[in-house]
Amino acid sequence: MDLKPLWLLAELTYKCPLQCPYCSNPLDFAGARFKRELSTEQWCRVFREAKALGVLQLGLSGGEPTLRPDLEELVRTAHGLGLYTSLITSAYRLTKERLAALKEAGLDHVQISVQGADAELSDEIAGTASYRDKIAAYHYTRELGFPLTVNAVLHRRNLHQVEGLIRLAESLGAERIELANTQFYGWALHNRDALMPTKAQLDAAWQVVLRERARLGTRLEIVWVLPDYHGQFPKPCMGGWGRAYMTVTPAGEVWPCHAAGRITTLTFENVRDRPLGWIWEHSDAFTRFRGDAWMPEPCRSCPRKAQDFGGCRCQAFLVAGDAGATDPVCSLSPHRHLIDEAIARVEAAEERPAELTYRAAPASRALAAKG
Amino acid sequence: MSSTGAVTVPRLHPKARLQHDDVRGRDVLLYPEGLVALNATGVAILELCDGTRSLAEIVATLERLYATGGLERDVATFLEGLAAKGLVTYGP
Repeated sequence: MDLKPLWLLAELTYKCPLQCPYCSNPLDFAGARFKRELSTEQWCRVFREAKALGVLQLGLSGGEPTLRPDLEELVRTAHGLGLYTSLITSAYRLTKERLAALKEAGLDHVQISVQGADAELSDEIAGTASYRDKIAAYHYTRELGFPLTVNAVLHRRNLHQVEGLIRLAESLGAERIELANTQFYGWALHNRDALMPTKAQLDAAWQVVLRERARLGTRLEIVWVLPDYHGQFPKPCMGGWGRAYMTVTPAGEVWPCHAAGRITTLTFENVRDRPLGWIWEHSDAFTRFRGDAWMPEPCRSCPRKAQDFGGCRCQAFLVAGDAGATDPVCSLSPHRHLIDEAIARVEAAEERPAELTYRAAPASRALAAKG
Repeated sequence: MSSTGAVTVPRLHPKARLQHDDVRGRDVLLYPEGLVALNATGVAILELCDGTRSLAEIVATLERLYATGGLERDVATFLEGLAAKGLVTYGP
């Protein structure tokens, strides 16, 4: 087999002080499946095996990864292996001393989220007063010489602040701002009617991005993650299933992407039981949708299949009820009407958006109990 | 050649790091959320972009190393490509 992974996302813990209602963690993150976190030793073994498999880029994420007291040791191991290591954090209570220790351990890059362009909205969306800590951490990051990415997830309640978010990243001296339109999995799917923007909002924000890109050039890279519901064709999700990417969850399950654990028709292996290389090469979860032999029509005979790989398996499972179906956002999918109906509901309810469920352990347990 | 005149000093941006990819037998330039695969010449150029050498000096060093001439345009084009991604900057 010649496919080798380039990227590993290590979700170190699902504990998080923030409660963002679009969190990509599983709805049942507080359940037994994710409770028993990997030890320092186990993570270091995962990093070594990942490097030997071909991984070059490592994301340390969560939950909130800085809650792991062994983060410095994990970074030191990853750095020693030559992995380009990014910390993906909310920066809640993140001190300059901790960041300096991580720099010394060899951390390459810091990505800090923000939920809105000002304290009021950011704290409201995060569900936790955290904006002040974020701004302080942005400055520490720059003072310590880290490259900085500002990450903002976009939805109907903050899309009007796109210009403010870009100006904030610019004023902080960030290298990149990632404007990630909400992808509807996990908590975001649960809150879809409240989070999905209107077409008019998206169009207005996109015009701002074009204008600001022209103004800023290479000074600030503006990444715009497409709102796939509003597109004609699906995204080339993860660059294709099992082609370049893997996620390891806090308790050691290995997934082809950070949402795949929701697909109940797949079997997931754990790094406690199997080497990472075996899981990449042979596990059901990684081999089921690798390549194009699994594809149904209209994908099978579609010239775009080498470009978009049939879209997203998680979306097919969550929306169409079959992980092996064409991504329902595709205009050629027999399930596209399900997406159009969701969009139409939001357009019709423009004045009265639905309520949000915040991501928190009690809500997670209640949802898990409901099934 | 306005931005890459002979007196300008190209530098690898601190966010980018050269790394040998032993699994695929190649060298790569790693940066936040991405990578560029390099050939041997690319590595030789970037190893000289240490913030002390001008473009002219880099070209002269490479021409000595490869015992050839007329490399200036190729080197400048390679660096311009990385500069467009923000991975190389030019200073005095």
